[in-house]
This record gives sequence, C-alpha cells and structure tokens, in this order.
Amino acid sequence: MKIAIASGKGGTGKTTLSTNLAVYLAEKKSVVLTDLDVEEPNSGLFIHGELIHQEDKFNMVPQWKSDSCTLCGNCREVCNFHAIVQLVDQIMVFPQLCHSCYACSELCPSGSLPMTPEKMGELQEYQSGNLHFIESKLDVGQEQAVPLIAQTLRYVDENYSEVMLKIYDSPPGTSCPVIEATKDADLVILITEPTPFGLHDLKLAVETMQELKKRFVVIINRYGIGNDDVVDYCDGENIPIIMKIPNSKAIAERYSRGELLYLVVPEFRAELDKLIGFIDTLNRETEQ
Amino acid sequence: MKEIVVISGKGGTGKTSLTASFAVLGAQDVIVADCDVDAADMHLLLEPDFKAAENFFSGVIAKIDQNICNQCGKCADVCRFDAIPVIDGHHIVQPLDCEGCGYCARICPVDAIKMEEQNVGNWYISTIKTGSTMVHARLGIGAENSGKLVAKVKNEAKRIADEQQKDLVLVDGSPGIGCPVVSSLSGASFVILVTEPTVSGFHDLKRVYQLVNKFGIKAGCIINKADLNPDVTQQIWEFLKNNAIEHIADLPYDESFTEAMTQGKTIIEYRQGELQEQVRQSWDKIETIVNSL
Repeated sequence: MKIAIASGKGGTGKTTLSTNLAVYLAEKKSVVLTDLDVEEPNSGLFIHGELIHQEDKFNMVPQWKSDSCTLCGNCREVCNFHAIVQLVDQIMVFPQLCHSCYACSELCPSGSLPMTPEKMGELQEYQSGNLHFIESKLDVGQEQAVPLIAQTLRYVDENYSEVMLKIYDSPPGTSCPVIEATKDADLVILITEPTPFGLHDLKLAVETMQELKKRFVVIINRYGIGNDDVVDYCDGENIPIIMKIPNSKAIAERYSRGELLYLVVPEFRAELDKLIGFIDTLNRETEQ
Repeated sequence: MKEIVVISGKGGTGKTSLTASFAVLGAQDVIVADCDVDAADMHLLLEPDFKAAENFFSGVIAKIDQNICNQCGKCADVCRFDAIPVIDGHHIVQPLDCEGCGYCARICPVDAIKMEEQNVGNWYISTIKTGSTMVHARLGIGAENSGKLVAKVKNEAKRIADEQQKDLVLVDGSPGIGCPVVSSLSGASFVILVTEPTVSGFHDLKRVYQLVNKFGIKAGCIINKADLNPDVTQQIWEFLKNNAIEHIADLPYDESFTEAMTQGKTIIEYRQGELQEQVRQSWDKIETIVNSL
C-alpha cells in the first residue's frame, strides 16, 4: 500500500508525521519511507540509518552540435517552452526551461541536437533495521522538481515489492510537484492546522485530491490553537479526521531538536496508534 | 523602485504573517504582491476587494479529436510524459499529465491533435485595508507554470507602483527552491529570509540562501520563535555572520501569531506588546537597509 502525506500549507507537520509513522511501524514490519519534497527534504534529519546506495539523477536535455547543424530553425520552432534560441550562427539551449520532451532532438533533420544527461540532483538510500529510507535532493538552481520526483518514484517501484507499506513525504502546495507525488497513492493523508491559513489551504488540497479521485483523510496538527472551523468543514464535507496532534510548545521544542515524538510524547503516540489502526483496517479491506 | 521579497525555504515559519504586518506598517507607501500563488493566504489578513479579476492563460495542452483520430498510437509513442493512455480503444490525453510540448500534434499523421490554450488560474488587483494596492492570484488545481503566474503578479505590482509613483513593492514568496521561488527572486532588491530554530528550518534556510546567493541579492534574516531552541538559534547567528546576512530580528515563540490570524488581523493590529514592538523595529530596519541600496 502507498500512503502519501501531503498538505496545502507548508509547515503543518508532514515530515513529523511521515518520519514518526515510518519508524514506529518499522518496529514491527518492513516500511519504505520516501522523501519527495525534493526542494527542501527534511525527513533525513529525523532518520538515522546506514547509507546503502547513492546515485546522481539526470535530466535529458539537448546539446547543440555545431558541425552538422544547418541552422534551419526547426528546433526553435518546435520548442513550446522557448528553451531554444537561434542566433545568427548558432543555436543556444536553455536547460532550465527544457521539459525533456525530445521534440527538437528527434525532429532535427540533421541530428544536431542529441539528448544528453544533465545532473539535476541526487538520490540516497538508507537502511535501519526494518526501515528503508529514500531521499532525493534537487540541486540548488534547478527549477523543475517534477522530473526528480518521477525518477525517485520509479526507483522505489523498481526496488521494493508491491506488498510493502510505502510512505511518501510530499511537497507542499497544490501544483505539479504535489500531483506527481500523490498520483499513485492508495491513500492521501492531508495534514493541516486549525487556523484560517490551514483551512484555506486544506480546501485547496481537498479540491486537488477530489480532482485526482483519491481516497483521502485529514489529520489536525497543533490541535487546540486557532478555532473549530477546520473540524466543522471536515464534518460538513464528511471527511474523516483520524488523528489530532495537540498544540504544545514542548512538542515544538522536541521537533526543533530533530527528535522523534512518538518515543517521548505519550499523547502523540496514542494519537499515532489511531492512525495505525486506520491503516490496518484499510489494509485488510484491500486484501479482501 | 525597490522590491523586497520575503521567502523561507521551509513552510510555516511565519512568513505570510510577517509580510502582512509589514504591508500594514508600510501602508500607502508599499504595493503588495502575493507570489505564493500555490497557497495564497495574504488575502485572509489584508481584506482585498477583488476589484479587478483576470484569467491567466499559460501554456497549452493537447486534445485529440476522436472523429479524426485513426488510433495509430504514434502520439503515445513520442509522448515522454505518458499522458496519452488508451482508454476503451481510444487514445485520450490526460490533462494533468500533459506538459504541453506539442510533439504529438506535430507528428500526428492525420492532424487530429490540437493544442489548446489553458487557463491556469486567476489574478486580481485589489485595494486592501491600508488603502494601498495588492496584486494576488489563485493557481488552478495541479497547474503547471506557477513560475509564470508569479512573474505576472510581480510585474503587475511593479507596473502599478510605477503608475502610482510608489517606491516599494513587497512580495510574499513561496516555500521551496524551485521555479516559483526563482521567479519571485528575479529582479529583487532585498530578500528577507524568515526562519525558525529547528533542524528543518535551519537546513532549509541554508539551501534557499544558496539560491539567493546565486542571484547575488542582499539578504536579511528574521528568526521566528528564536527562544524555542537556543542552540540552533546560535548556529543560525553564526551562519548569518559568516555569510554577511543582515540579522534583522529574533522574535519570541508567541501564539498571538495564530490568535491574530484567527481574527483576520495581522500581528501588529492584534495587540500591543514586545512582539509587536520588535516587528515594528524590524520594518524600520528593513526600510533603512532598502533605502541605502
């Protein structure tokens, strides 16, 4: 089963939930945790395992070969992303704008734009007992997160069996990186906080998941602060709230040090048990 | 005209609450731009009137005319985004997967594919409660090109500042280091990094600063919840010193951030106290720095 942990608003506790859930579950069975927030991956700060694999990840971009090019201009014309500029006597490629669609390269009559790999980031894989942790990091200056997210998902699919429980820590927001990170998930957990910003961004995230036709549930973090609007909204829309993490400065302090909360905060662990109960039920449903 | 961009790397550090407070302190002198188009929240605090709304069209997506299509499958073969699966014997483009490269349309032997312009969101020009103007937007679900919408919002804000002869544009950026952030940084005069002393906050600050540094933009930093973890706060101070980043303020852990938001107010409108005084002083400092640039 694949579980994606997402949120509209940033800083609502995606990483806290992902890491605690994964490590707690790994006490009993094998779990794969993948950090797909490739722009700012943080799960690794809470997971301590042994590095077992590392690889650079590449994007394919066209590279201009001056000797065979006839300067016909076809490449510039077919590129919908304005990544190719034609000057008097040369072709310039802007890799940051390229979407790796291959059109310029494959439609070039003289084969003067072979696709060549360009590094966009790196993937690391760690292991600690039953827990497998995969993290990808986008190189600073690279603008497109989606290709790296897609390649990371492929790596997990190719290296881990379908029956294993997989948890994905997703990027914030509702645009293309979130779609990529959640589109294969069997369950999406939306984590929010009971504030006007939290509610506003939760509604956007809910619309996104409805559009993707995903099964989703809500978790409220910092419960007790703000107001009841998130609870009222979820009740009104029949969205189950399966866990409430209490608002507490002590919890915030422990998080700030990179500690796993379920080990030191009993109320948190009790709430996490509710989520695990829910996942177990869901698992049994799918097996039947 | 000067442009101040507020970013954070990590989400949830108080970036929008602080930007909205600065918008209130700057009042008529600043034009505000909400460039966190993915999760735009500043309107919840600044009471915009949504006076002028426009659709934002960006990019195209493929559409196959089933009356012309002979289901040869060449389009699916060239599509690098797996956006054209066969459903019930028909090749159908999945809009959320299509990146709009147009390769399929170019090679379709029977010319059955058209590229259609896509409405990816709306943008607005509003008068806010300070009497000043805010440009803001809402990105459509799963839309691409949020970087372009960010550029649109920013350029409109700059145009309005020019028109109204205002010297400052204040921009609320988005989390991360990808295309919307790059887009909000281009042309900035000064960047304010809002962080928190948590292992994640510091990690993300370092990454986003690398990006700011690539642009060569002068930066300042506000450490929110500075008393939460004195050790990490100390490490952030060192980092700021080593990188010649202006240390603007250390704000205390204070739940009035949330209480103010719950009432639809910015921090400085909510009540008067030490936090409010520090936010005021921060804005004075920022204005002094920006004026000297």
